Amino acid sequence: METISILPPELIRMVIAVIIIISFLFLNAIMMGYAERKIAGHVQRRPGPMEVGSHGILQMIVDGVKLVGKELLIPFNVDRTLFRVAPLLSFTPVILPLLVIPFSEKLQARDLNLGLIFIVTMGSVNVMALLVGGWGSNNKYSMFGAMRAVAQSIAYEIPILLSLLAVVLMCNTFSLKEIVAAQQNIWFVFLQPVAFLIYVVAGLAETNRNPFDLPEAESELTAGFHTEYSGMGFSLFFIGEYTNMFIVASVATVLFLGGWHGPHLPYGEYLGVVWFFLKVYLLLFLMIMVRWTYPRVRFDQLLNFAWKYLVPFSLVNLLITAVLVKL
Amino acid sequence: MKQYFSELYTGGKSLVEGLGVTMKALFSPIVTVQYPREEIDITPNYRGHIDLILDTGKNTYLCISCGMCEKSCPSDCIKVKGKKMEGEKKKSLVLFDLDFTKCSLCGTCVEVCPKDALEYSQEYNLAAFTKEAFHFDILKRLEERRI
Amino acid sequence: MLESEYQEQNRFFLNMGPQHPSTHGVLLIVLEMEGEYVLDPQPVLGFIHRMHEKMGESRPCQGFMPNTARMDYVCALPYNHGYVSLIERKAGIEVPKRAEYIRVITSELNRVASHLLWLGAYLLDLGAFTPILYGFDDREHILDILERITGSRLTYCYYRFGGVYKDVDDKFIEATRAFIKRMRKRYVIYEKLVTKNIIFIKRAENIGIVSPDMALRYGMTGPNLRGSGIAYDVRKNEPYSVYPEFDFEIPVGEQGDCLDRYMVRVQEIEQSLRIIEQALDRLPDGPVRSKVKKNIKLTPGDCNFAVEAARGELSYYLVGDGTSTPYRLKVRVPSYSNLSCLPELGRGILLPDLVSILGSFDLVIPEMDR
Ligand code: SF4
Ligand code: SF4
Repeated sequence: METISILPPELIRMVIAVIIIISFLFLNAIMMGYAERKIAGHVQRRPGPMEVGSHGILQMIVDGVKLVGKELLIPFNVDRTLFRVAPLLSFTPVILPLLVIPFSEKLQARDLNLGLIFIVTMGSVNVMALLVGGWGSNNKYSMFGAMRAVAQSIAYEIPILLSLLAVVLMCNTFSLKEIVAAQQNIWFVFLQPVAFLIYVVAGLAETNRNPFDLPEAESELTAGFHTEYSGMGFSLFFIGEYTNMFIVASVATVLFLGGWHGPHLPYGEYLGVVWFFLKVYLLLFLMIMVRWTYPRVRFDQLLNFAWKYLVPFSLVNLLITAVLVKL
Repeated sequence: MKQYFSELYTGGKSLVEGLGVTMKALFSPIVTVQYPREEIDITPNYRGHIDLILDTGKNTYLCISCGMCEKSCPSDCIKVKGKKMEGEKKKSLVLFDLDFTKCSLCGTCVEVCPKDALEYSQEYNLAAFTKEAFHFDILKRLEERRI
Repeated sequence: MLESEYQEQNRFFLNMGPQHPSTHGVLLIVLEMEGEYVLDPQPVLGFIHRMHEKMGESRPCQGFMPNTARMDYVCALPYNHGYVSLIERKAGIEVPKRAEYIRVITSELNRVASHLLWLGAYLLDLGAFTPILYGFDDREHILDILERITGSRLTYCYYRFGGVYKDVDDKFIEATRAFIKRMRKRYVIYEKLVTKNIIFIKRAENIGIVSPDMALRYGMTGPNLRGSGIAYDVRKNEPYSVYPEFDFEIPVGEQGDCLDRYMVRVQEIEQSLRIIEQALDRLPDGPVRSKVKKNIKLTPGDCNFAVEAARGELSYYLVGDGTSTPYRLKVRVPSYSNLSCLPELGRGILLPDLVSILGSFDLVIPEMDR
């Protein structure tokens, strides 16, 4: 008992939160993987995974076990350090943003007063992973993927920031908790529809999802930056991608869709998490549907779209917001 | 400038329409069949590998071991051997082998046979680990069907 | 550093294929690249060469029938059709009218199936995963119809010298009509999901423009040539079988980009359905196979026969020497000529555009290599 009392309660809270979040990460990846395959199946008029467990519900777990059990192949002539570091680099930074996201009024590991900035920063670290992985693989296809990832994220981080800034201007804070609290009466999606749309589109690009999945574009680059990865390395990228999607969707929920707000529930300060997850997974469902509907855009078109449409629109939006708020 | 906005509008509209198609498909019934659990009836006209026809009246094959099928097969995958048994007028078959690894299912052998002694089997579930598994002893398959 | 040296340093080679998702089979394209720009794409063929022509020269002419379907497995019946018609022309065999009608119906069904598969595969190249499954759904109906009469699903060996192997029945006619109705209803899905999609249009429009002059220089045929605005179709320009009896149009494109080639194929599906409809309406009664000698003697001299396969003009050239084995057999396949313009077309374009162009050519590699 003595040892525990030495530790500050804050630290214990953080440790517990990290453990919960990491286990949630894996759960999320499994759920998302399953949902993606099931939805893809039904979109294409086929049942999707059906064999392992009832309606294939255990399929992803079995796949995960298979991937973990595989040998981690390191091809000849790769940069061994970078090659091994890349999957970890894609996995680690995606844990941190979850620490500052307010799942409900009282369920938040830590309320940073610069929470939003923190999330955006961590989002950019993820690109490093793709670059390192692509560079370290010593494969031309991986290299293409890495280069595309970098250019793409530079182009898309700007509209993301600008659209988020519009919300920040309206509630004068970077703290996610306060932003949600400010949406007590009306969600920002109704006040800032343009910013919301821009954020969702740019978010698709940020998470490398179809139609912006250029870094892995399999019909062009076989598998892009993770061409050479197998086993655990691949699955870390995979988990990282899904968590990234989750983060993008939660930021959209927090900033635009009113976070934990919803019809009243008992123990609202905790059970608000139900509404939060409902909104997040609705957004994720939309992202999955988009992936299985559209072709992939070309690289220069993607950049054109970012610079010609998203950036001007978000700038104008920001300007109008600023003028209206300060009047 | 006008084109800039009209492109945005038509483009956005087309994307939403596309999403409508997949959304509708998401809630439509599936069209595939879970193969080993359910099977679709195969058409009786399906042309599998060849088989000897069993003449139910005489309870034996119709083949007269003339070797026409062997000669006309473009892939050389049939082997027929007949032998004159003592006390019998006709030759009787002692060997009828098909090397299915080479057969192209063209049907020449069936059409060329003067006695119409060959037919197509209905077997389509063919998979094995060795090449030899596809060297079918057609004569034995016939013996098995004999009553 | 000299400028040329600098350029040398920035260039590198990329081997696209033989196992690459968008070369559709074992085609290797050696790309000389600078960044993402392709400077010089050179296709390397021959990975799946099976000596089909030599096989045709080493056995009696009946023995080559199954081979024809193996050259282009996606659209096998026109390949059957070309070969039987060649031998019929050479040996002067009469074909009953009903057989010719059945040949046209089944060939056109096969063409629709091939175009549907192409549509899905092209969209897969562009990164859309769903249209191919819808295409397969429709195509499956055609395969079921054809399986009922030909006995196989892909590598048909259905036509025979002097007719077809098996007569069609009422159920076939019914199923075909039902399919035509269904297919017409499905157009709207493809239109909403693909044809009008802005991302698709941006990926196909003004990409890989083949000028009419260039198309002629490389001997392109089929939808790829018609996409460039030249209305050449063997079914119209050099009619064979009973095609002159049907009323159909030849869709052409305007400028020869990927979108035009796409539109031509989509419109061809409708034209094929029209032909099938007319043929079903007028299907004559009678035998489907005339009596043919078992041992067909190929008279000395040469003979040629061309048909329109789904990918373009397919022509068989045969020299006989009095025996039943051809002395020389040459198959002119469309995909080979269609691909040959790639080095010129693919100079200085982006890698994703190269993928788009390759997809829009509708290549079948086993057909090119034979
Ligand atoms: S079907 Fe053709 S290839 Fe097969 S055994 Fe008969 S003749 Fe030979
Ligand atoms: S052609 Fe007919 S009768 Fe002659 S050997 Fe073959 S199966 Fe027997």
